[in-house]
Amino acid sequence: MASAMLSLASVSPSASLSTHETPKGKLKLGSTSWSLNKERNCLFAKTESFGRVSMVAAVNVSKFEGVTMAPPDPILGVSEAFKASTNESKLNLGVGAYRTEDLQPYVLDVVKKAENLMIERGENKEYLPIEGLAAFNKVTAELLFGADNPVIKQQRLATVQGLSGTGSLRLAGAFIERYFPGAKVLISSPTWGNHKNIFNDSRVPWSEYRYYDPKTVGLDFEGMIADIKAAPEGSFVLLHGCAHNPTGIDPTPEQWEKIADVIQEKNHIPFFDVAYQGFASGSLDTDAASVRLFAARGLELLVAQSYSKNLGLYAERIGAINVVCASSDAATRVKSQLKRIARPMYSNPPIHGARIVANVVGDPALFNEWKAEMEMMAGRIKGVRQKLYDSLTATDKSGKDWSFILKQIGMFSFTGLNKAQTENMTNKWHVYMTKDGRISLAGLSLAKCEYLSDAIIDSYHNVS
Amino acid sequence: MDAHNNSISASPASAHANSVFAHVVRAPEDPILGVTVAYNKDPSPLKLNLGVGAYRTEEGKPLVLNVVRKAEQLLVNDMSRVKEYLPIVGLADFNKLSAKLILGADSPAIQENRITTVQCLSGTGSLRVGGEFLARHYHERTIYIPLPTWGNHTKVFTLAGLTVKSYRYYDPATRGLNFQGLLEDLSSAPAGAIVLLHACAHNPTGVDPTLEQWEQIRQLVRSRGLLPFFDSAYQGFASGSLDGDAQSVRRFAADGGECLIAQSYAKNMGLYGERVGALSIVCKNADVASKVESQLKLVIRPMYSNPPIHGASIVATILKDRDLFNEWTVELKAMADRIISMRHQLFESLRAKGTPGDWSHIIKQIGMFTFTGLNSEQVAFMTKEYHIYMTSDGRISMAGLSSRTVPHLTEAIHAAVTRAA
Repeated sequence: MASAMLSLASVSPSASLSTHETPKGKLKLGSTSWSLNKERNCLFAKTESFGRVSMVAAVNVSKFEGVTMAPPDPILGVSEAFKASTNESKLNLGVGAYRTEDLQPYVLDVVKKAENLMIERGENKEYLPIEGLAAFNKVTAELLFGADNPVIKQQRLATVQGLSGTGSLRLAGAFIERYFPGAKVLISSPTWGNHKNIFNDSRVPWSEYRYYDPKTVGLDFEGMIADIKAAPEGSFVLLHGCAHNPTGIDPTPEQWEKIADVIQEKNHIPFFDVAYQGFASGSLDTDAASVRLFAARGLELLVAQSYSKNLGLYAERIGAINVVCASSDAATRVKSQLKRIARPMYSNPPIHGARIVANVVGDPALFNEWKAEMEMMAGRIKGVRQKLYDSLTATDKSGKDWSFILKQIGMFSFTGLNKAQTENMTNKWHVYMTKDGRISLAGLSLAKCEYLSDAIIDSYHNVS
Repeated sequence: MDAHNNSISASPASAHANSVFAHVVRAPEDPILGVTVAYNKDPSPLKLNLGVGAYRTEEGKPLVLNVVRKAEQLLVNDMSRVKEYLPIVGLADFNKLSAKLILGADSPAIQENRITTVQCLSGTGSLRVGGEFLARHYHERTIYIPLPTWGNHTKVFTLAGLTVKSYRYYDPATRGLNFQGLLEDLSSAPAGAIVLLHACAHNPTGVDPTLEQWEQIRQLVRSRGLLPFFDSAYQGFASGSLDGDAQSVRRFAADGGECLIAQSYAKNMGLYGERVGALSIVCKNADVASKVESQLKLVIRPMYSNPPIHGASIVATILKDRDLFNEWTVELKAMADRIISMRHQLFESLRAKGTPGDWSHIIKQIGMFTFTGLNSEQVAFMTKEYHIYMTSDGRISMAGLSSRTVPHLTEAIHAAVTRAA
């Protein structure tokens, strides 16, 4: 039998049949014919008299035979489809990655400078501590809250480097599951597609609060407040710090105050997702206003931060989970438990992106240069919004109000197109976007605005 | 939650009164990292850190390989490079090259296209993603790990959703492999159970099966339909030969059966902090491999979306270039040789001193670590009296030794064995 085991790929049917034990028990022979299926490199039994499955009786069936093909990721899958297309007019408005006017990816000058500095210094590649690079954590907290913020001065903030926004949200999700079992996370309807996956895999229950109002193409503020109020006390409320993804619709400062009121009233815990600080308005401080408003009220809160967009460090996977606590002792304890979650997931975080951030954000000259590049990127997006709006209003004679394009903030626009209409965008116009009607303006050039506007008008009016 | 604390207050002081995190206790320091913390605090000039699982030069310094610096310079100089998101499964070149590295370019499994390889966060990340996949898609949710094993294995697999059991491995009496116990325990594991195998340079013991023993293990695993999951963190680092250190994995992959392989480049390319690794799942056929890959993506996306580019790019740059690859093998062998030399020096030194006991396991064990056989009292004694920092299980990192410090360690061991319990 040992020799039969060694050469399963070319085994003759008789050698291994008689005594081979499969996980499902000994083989029945019965009225069975055996054939060597060359493609599948294993033996199949076609059993007439034993009803079901030839698989069960097969020798060398994969242990993963029952694994089904998973569908492509709804957001990342769009880029894959775009790459596969050979059409000249194709436009990728899927994933939220910044493009220049020439529709090229953009590596910030400050990032190149930082990397060159790092190479010159010849630093080592030792493991980071589980909580990440200390210099990174420090500048990240200061960027988000302001260096003078009491939460920092009083050491009430636990900051742990995470794998960009996703990884930071996941650490938080695992922490919530462990320390707040049964607590729900309330997420906006709609929200970034991966949020629910993260909470599902963290085994944290979630429910939605009303957010987007299709009638006004704006914020359903009443609905939002009512749903937050109705949730069980002590729920976590996931809020987009700025530049809501996918709608681009942000609460006004007055609305933020009211949201904070109802959260305090219900002893909910605010949980911010900040992936676009600096990218929304062009100002790093302005875009952090919502988080700082809540912190100023003395609330405990969580913030998942990402540097993917604002520093263009997408592939370096650099971000952080921040937890504002009532006391420095609580912050110390919380940080230690976040580490306990990170260790069995990836041990310690990657060093490269963290060093880049520490060098840029921690150096006054580079920081100022960064602010200028940030304004330039945000400015290009605003310019594209204006051009798209102008093209739409010039071409569309139906009287439809397209001003939501100008009112929405950040990288994305929620066009209000439905699934069939977005399919038309792709199939007829080769415009790649997510099925929820979201387009990434970061992937749009001034030169393509007219083409896009034609596509949108056609899809909106001629497809239902 | 305290239902009475519902007054809206703008005053931070009263908001501090109740923390929602009041019930969160402080976690203990990681046992392995705690050694370095204690070492750093010690003011003695004689102190020696033998806890660290990271290579050190003869001067006791961390090492970035020359070939890594070259590769990095090439990458930074390349103006066409961008930082766009990698695919969920990571850098394609890196994945292909990693599979070739562990399985050999002529591997039938590679030629038959029945492997899926996904870039992950070093060894830990590869083990975790593999574990999560198995917990969701495999019918047997128990994984057998050797006793002892790397301290993080149990937590990784438990959090992935698997039940962890152990099989006998280390024999303290011989300071070698308890082969009989291993065979017995794997024979009595339920058919189909997952078995974690250290591909080479077992951590923490340094005790590896011989090739003959590997063959017997393979036959047992295949006859019981067990699913092997290899942890390969030291390829090239153990013997100095990349191919030699991959023999165990290659024999399993060549027999047509399925297995999982977690690869790490932390030690063999010195890329510790870059977190570079790969998970390969060798499947029965290409169709299964492609479905398995699609499901791995569903594990990864909600964990961190896609992996970090820098370390993987360095690895791909080196592996795909003939000259850089050769340079790497030379630097890798030099690291492995220095470790082996430390083993011999320590062994000779203890013999010359006449330290009681058989210390031949120091030169028989393989890889970065030596399981000295010292007990926790002896370890504590060595720390207190001789400023030797090591883990309490008696494991020492040979990478932390140098010719200069061997005499001091010899003194300490001698004293511990002759004076302490």
